[in-house]
Order: sequence, then C-alpha cells, then structure tokens
Amino acid sequence: MKILVALKRVADPDNANKVKIPASGEKIDTTGLEWKPNPFDEYALEAALRLTENGTQPKVRAGEVVVVTFGPKETETTLRAALATGADRAIRVDASDDKLDGDLVARALKALVEKEKPDVVLMGKQAVDGDSNQVGQILAELLDWPMATFAATIREEAGALLVGREVDGGVSTLRVKLPAVVTVDLRIVAPTSVYSTKTPSTHKYNDGVRFAALPAIMAAKKKPLVEVKLADLAPDQALKVSYHGFAAPPARKAGIKVKDVSELVSKLKNEAKVL
Amino acid sequence: MTSLPSLHETPEHARLRDEIRRFARREIAPFAHAWEEANEFPRELYEKAARAGMLGVGYPEAYGGSGGDLSHMIAATEELIVGGTSVGTAVGLGSHAIALPPILNFGTEEQKKRFLPPVLAGEKIAALAITEPGGGSDVASLQTRAVKDGDHYVVTGAKTFITSGCRADFVTTAVRTGGEGHGGISLLVIERGTPGFSVGKKLAKMGWWASDTAELVFDGCRVPRENLIGEENTGFIPIMTNFAVERLLLAGNCVAIASLAYDEAVRYARERRAFGKPIMGFQVLRHKLADMATRIAAARALMNDVIARHLRGDMVTGLAAMAKNTATDACSFVCDEAVQIFGGHGYMRETLVERLYRDARLYPIGGGTRGIMNEIICKTEGY
Repeated sequence: MKILVALKRVADPDNANKVKIPASGEKIDTTGLEWKPNPFDEYALEAALRLTENGTQPKVRAGEVVVVTFGPKETETTLRAALATGADRAIRVDASDDKLDGDLVARALKALVEKEKPDVVLMGKQAVDGDSNQVGQILAELLDWPMATFAATIREEAGALLVGREVDGGVSTLRVKLPAVVTVDLRIVAPTSVYSTKTPSTHKYNDGVRFAALPAIMAAKKKPLVEVKLADLAPDQALKVSYHGFAAPPARKAGIKVKDVSELVSKLKNEAKVL
Repeated sequence: MTSLPSLHETPEHARLRDEIRRFARREIAPFAHAWEEANEFPRELYEKAARAGMLGVGYPEAYGGSGGDLSHMIAATEELIVGGTSVGTAVGLGSHAIALPPILNFGTEEQKKRFLPPVLAGEKIAALAITEPGGGSDVASLQTRAVKDGDHYVVTGAKTFITSGCRADFVTTAVRTGGEGHGGISLLVIERGTPGFSVGKKLAKMGWWASDTAELVFDGCRVPRENLIGEENTGFIPIMTNFAVERLLLAGNCVAIASLAYDEAVRYARERRAFGKPIMGFQVLRHKLADMATRIAAARALMNDVIARHLRGDMVTGLAAMAKNTATDACSFVCDEAVQIFGGHGYMRETLVERLYRDARLYPIGGGTRGIMNEIICKTEGY
C-alpha cells in the first residue's frame, strides 16, 4: 500500500503565550515561535506506518509512506522528523504560510495525488492552529474519492479500509474502497487502533506515536526530500479565505473568594447571570 | 536561554532531544514524584527506554547500540532529566553509562557480544563498583581481593555507594589481583547469582531517591577468569579513562538539573504575588535569576568546550575536572537560590526544587569529589 501523509507544522501549543499580535492586528507575528508538527498529523503518520508494516517487525516497511508539507525552507525540519520516524520520502511544496488556505492546499494536494497515485491520503482531522478542518474533505471532493473523517480505528481489508469513527451515540463504522481520503482523530494511536493485513490481531502497539532512535534519525538525513513549486501544482493561487483582523483574547481577570454557597449562587445569578 | 544547545550540535541532535523529551514527558514525568517517594522506579522502564532507542545512545550498533558519541549521550541525558523531572530515575536508567565503557573499550569481542546487547536492550541492568566502605577517592588503595584459583578468581571484600547495585545483573568491579598501589588492580565482571555475591543492603540517601544504591558483599565469590577485562593488573587505566567521561556526564547532569530548577524558579516568580505584584516585579529577585542564568550558561559553555575537545581526540583530564567543578558549583548555587525564591514552598517535599536541591548535593561528592577534581587540576597544571 502506498500512503501519502499531509503534515502541517504549527506553533508549539505548549508555548502558546509566545504568539504575538502586532497593534495593527493585521496578522500574527510568527518571529521567534517554536514550531511543532500538528499533533493530529503526527497521529496520521503513525497510522500510515502501522498500515504499511507487520506490527511485530516495525523496521520493515511493506509499502511506501510519502510525507508532504507546505511551507518555507525551515518546514523541512518537520519532514526530516517524519522521515526519522519511518516515512520513506518527503515532498516540500514551497509556499508562504500566510498565502495558503484550506482550498488552495486541497487543490495543490489533488495535483500531487494525481502524480503520486497513492492508495490512501491520510492527515489529521484538523490543524491545532487554525482548527479549520477542511483540507481532507475538500480534497476528497476534488478527487471524487470516498472519505472517512475523524478516524479512531482503521483496519486494512483487501482493497478497502474499515474505519471506526466515534460519534455521539457510539461508533460508526465505514468501509471505504481504495483509493480514499482518511482524516484521523487522537485515538488512532491507541495500542489496538490500527491493523494492516500483515499485523497479527493479537499484536498491541505502544500507546502514542513511536519514537525515532538515533540510527533512524541519522538515516533520515539521506532519505529523499524534494521541493516542488506551489505554482506547478496549483496555477491559480487565489485564496477563498481572507482575514480581516486578529485580536488576542482578553486577559483573564483574577478570581474572587466567596464565603459560602449562598453567596456563590447569588453571584452566579446576579453578576455572572449564568443561573 | 539557559537551555540553548551547544554550537557543535547538529539538526540530528535537536531531533534526538525532541524524541527523548517526548519519551521522558510521557513515560517518566507523570510518575516522577511517586517514584522518588517510593525510592524505586519500575524495572520495565529499562525495556521501554531501550525500545525507544534511548539506552543505546553512544554505543556502536554492532552491540545493540544506537550509535552516536558523547555529545549525543549528554544531550539525551539532559532531556531525560529536564523532560522527566526525576533525577533519580534518569541516573538509575543510566547506570550502564559507567559500567559498560570499560567492557566496550578494553574487553574482548566475546565479552562485548555477551555483556553489551542485553543491557542496551533493557533486559539486563549493569552497575560499576569501585568505591569501598574503607575508602572512596583513593582508588589505588582499594582492598577487595581477587585470588586466582584454577579457572576462577575468588573475590573477597565489599563495595559501597553502588548505583543500581540492588538490581544489577552484573557489576563491573574493581578488584586487587596484584600488589599494593595502582599496578595491582583489575576489572572483573561479576554476575548476579554468582555464589558468594550478595547485596548487603539498600542504602537510604539524601537525594537521588528513585535510583537504588547498594552495598555489595563478596564472600569467597568465584568469578570465572573469562570475566576479566583486559590484562590482569591493568585495571587502573580503564578506570581512569572512564572517569574523564563520567565527569563530563555528571557535569551534564548538573547543567540539566540547574536548568530545570531555574525554569521552575522563573515560572514561580511570575505566578507568585507579594505586596501587590508578582515577585518577578522586584529587581532583587530578577537579579537573583540573572545570576542563576549566568552561572548555568558558564557551566554549559565550559562543558561544551570540553566535549568538543574530547570528541576531536584531545586529552581533557584537567579540563573535564574543571568542567565538573564549574557545573556542580553552578548546580548547587542555582538549586539553593531556587529554593530561596520558592520560600516556604521551597522547603516542602511536594515541591520539585526541594528535591532538586537534595539531588544537587551528590554532585560535588560522586564521580570524584570536588577536592579530587582540584588535585587532578593541580597535576595537569604541573604543581
């Protein structure tokens, strides 16, 4: 199986207070930010690796995992990390963060998919910076491929994937024929979430995204990483989403202490007006 | 700023740091306090760490290692300490870092193949035993005797302050096979279960609680001669060679602990309010933090300089001693100031800096005392 995994880097969620907005409010100032892979995309990579291996022999790849990201040169760090984790090769679509939206990324990915011809496109259900939750869905529409979003479990079958999605009333299970687009939720990295046809059903993975050991980190330096121009994939670079302004959320005020429950109830009722 | 990596570090070091920090945050940090209080971390952590490729950093892939050199080992240990926040766990997991190098550098091919892979796979625990109840710093006069008897050495004596000694599956042990002085010392690998080898007791310590520290007893312990590392009576050189690296590793621990205590102090100074404002608003406190940051940066800079020299093949005996003293001084100073900044909370057992303060006290003593470092510096300076 050949899988294309789309990865996005995001500002480190652990250092969210470093996100600065200039007084003009026209954009987010990204200087000095620390970047991390979008966690949901890391989960997609882990799922892709599990789908292309026998879980008892994770060093042998049965299939190919190609990772792609959109961004400037420094986003190659994110790709090299993915190569160290186990992806076979990487593609960087050269682009500027503020000149992208979900629609443009999906259109460019469509062109890339037509060139790469993967069996599955995997990505996170959304990126934790913009929380747009659009690219997977738009891409499936443009390709006219079956789609399963928010996957919590994936089981490989002959020519199809059985995808479990957690919904309000329980679990909804979809069978998508390949090729397909799948976006993943956080439980996809639980120990028994993903099985390829090669992995014995008794096998349990370690919880979470696997760790890259030093030999794999060193080997990742030599894995192929190519740059593609955005214009070659999407000649029309018009954006559908435009931002009209940014503002930081208001600073939180200090709390107060109440004497007893009746004062609490009175404050909730009369001041906070939530009762 | 205090955690700026060295200029000799590559993008691959950064990636290794990321992976190890992620491991430590997930597998150690949530349990750090409980393990320290329990004086033990679960044995299965060795296997988890091995599976994630952490234990093998700095060892050749041919023996089950992950490759890399001292700079990778120090980066890895720093992330293990900073991410995991349990110094005792990090040093317990890392006890092989002093037990294996003599085997790797002076052992036979057969010994390397036999002893290294199970440790780097997390299946076996290795410890190093040099210090004795009757003397520590004066290695050349150690008393544990090993007398040849046919195919065996019969070992009699005791070792103390042995990190991971209670759980070790084998102990790289310094013994006296010859006459007085440093010319009569050999290194023997003594395996758990060898008749006559027992753990005297588990020692209660000021800090490093999560790591076990043991007194070991050898009473007519029969060790096969094939467990001798190198030639008989040549053990002093491997011990001394090992020490230079151990000192840099300990300096690395100190820089990591100090960075952790400093970060805690900065966080607390921003949160804690007194006299109507966060205590960070007081210049006297900001200057305290500035001094802490400066001491850490200086210790880190010297350590990194010595690592770079060691990696290009220079003799760094004196410099490594200087780096250790600079780092232990910085660590003691920073942890003491961090406790001061935390005030009453800093004196409480649930506070991380209280624990780091106790952990820090080991470093001017272990791996060669501050005084012994100065003796080494005197010798290399020629007076």
